[in-house]
Amino acid sequence: MANLDDLYREIILDHYRSPRNRGELTAPGVIRTEGYNPLCGDELTVYLDVRDGVIVDIKLTGHGCSISQASSSMMSAAVKGKTVVEARETIDRFKALMTVHQSALDERADPVVADVRTMGELAALQGVVKFPVRIKCATLAWNTLSQGLDDAYGVQGTGSQ
Amino acid sequence: MSAFDPRRVRVDTPLLGRVINGRPITYLDSASSTLPPRSVIEAMDRYYTLHHANVHRGVYQTAVEATDVYEGARASVARFIHAPGGANEIVFTKNTTESFNLLAKSWGAANLQPGDVVLVTEMEHHANIVPWFQLRSTHGIEVRFVPVTDAFRLDLTSLDRLLEGVKLFSFTATSNVLGTRNPVAELARAAHERGALVAVDAAQSVGHQPTDVVATDVDFLCFSAHKMLGPTGLGVLWSRAAILESMPPFLGGGGMIADVRLDGYVPADGPSRFEAGTPPIAETAGLDAAIRYLEGLGMENLVAHEQRLTSDALQRIAERFNGRVRIIGPASADDRGGVLSVDVEGVHPHDVAQVLDQFGVCVRPGHHCAKPLMRRFGLAATARASFGPYSTLADTDVLLEALDSAVSMFG
Repeated sequence: MANLDDLYREIILDHYRSPRNRGELTAPGVIRTEGYNPLCGDELTVYLDVRDGVIVDIKLTGHGCSISQASSSMMSAAVKGKTVVEARETIDRFKALMTVHQSALDERADPVVADVRTMGELAALQGVVKFPVRIKCATLAWNTLSQGLDDAYGVQGTGSQ
Repeated sequence: MSAFDPRRVRVDTPLLGRVINGRPITYLDSASSTLPPRSVIEAMDRYYTLHHANVHRGVYQTAVEATDVYEGARASVARFIHAPGGANEIVFTKNTTESFNLLAKSWGAANLQPGDVVLVTEMEHHANIVPWFQLRSTHGIEVRFVPVTDAFRLDLTSLDRLLEGVKLFSFTATSNVLGTRNPVAELARAAHERGALVAVDAAQSVGHQPTDVVATDVDFLCFSAHKMLGPTGLGVLWSRAAILESMPPFLGGGGMIADVRLDGYVPADGPSRFEAGTPPIAETAGLDAAIRYLEGLGMENLVAHEQRLTSDALQRIAERFNGRVRIIGPASADDRGGVLSVDVEGVHPHDVAQVLDQFGVCVRPGHHCAKPLMRRFGLAATARASFGPYSTLADTDVLLEALDSAVSMFG
């Protein structure tokens, strides 16, 4: 049975109560991307300030449930200061984490868990896959970030000159 | 007071035997869909076991029986809502949403000119908004809204002005978000005085209170079987025979024609005109059984039962949570159905519903297909608990215990 503690880890509740990087960026050249979850009404806007292929600043506005809010806060902390290439790698790893089937979590210790160990506090979100209807809450921020990078630089773009 | 006892309804409802997360299920989502009693399930089972055949086609024994099942259900629906013209006024659809689409695309498209007004309200389900917006795009009609007050009631102060140029006033009998019961007969009278016809969304009322289309003097009634203890996949559009006869067909195909030639077709008379293709037949057997079951309980008894539950829940939520759990709907149980939308301070409705699920409590988080209403109150979503004939005060006990847990987890 999926336990509520698997979903609402303390670190997730912390990000929900004290979200990181809230606000807007208005500088010229800022990438602004809107994400929307029509099923539950969650809305998110991601602002990216990218210079020479590095995400020097990121801000978020919007509203949603604890999982979508915590995931977006953790996403912003994970990619701030990283290169676009590193951010894309993190997006891919996070999405892989969210597509793990529950049985894989229960029965196979690796390679997923090994991967999780490299993900820092993002690993706290792995319990979400035990609650399949909440996966879309966790992925909203990441899909929005991915969309923003793709729109600005193309699917393979690095953001470097 | 008769011998109505929700505990007897619980015994009749197999799904209430489920255990969820180690706790007996506390089903508080009847506004989404009601749970069928065993007699409804058995009626559908009996239909497939003994009588199944296509309707209105064969001359063999079971084909005649299947047609009798289907047409018998039509007669039961007519009796249940007091249709003056009997079974001939009952059109079977897929659900309330399809009933409204039929109304808009058949009656609306044939009778509304550019500039004509359809008046709806801010508390409508999307089913009674979007078909009219579609007609606005194709036929240039105007769609107008009756506003909702801060006390969660229709603001009728400007109704007279709003009714100017209105050809149809289409509104819900009971809000699926607020629980507000609207004064159907009074609104119908006002609309008729201005020469408008009246359509009522009875999805949230038909399984919870008596329905009488003559006493309330309405012109169209739309509802779904699965919100009145029946099965999914079946809805009803009622209108007076004279109006139905004047309406062009909706979907085209088999079953809805009197004749088809190489140069055209002649539509069938009566409700068949609107029932193209093989209809849901087992579902009508289920609806017939649901109506008989509701008649056995007594609709007046259900009104009293749900009012008692609602009054108790409103009072206990107010006392226990000291404003941290806000009810989005009328604060008293008068003129109100058993729908309780809650807004828990600092806790998103999806998180509320997730914590409640851990207690086996089934509520619905979301915008409830009423986004204009949610925007009116500055909300993205609510968590909605709603009562049915099988609900008891003990369900509210568990709801409060679970809400306590949600408040403290995110507090």
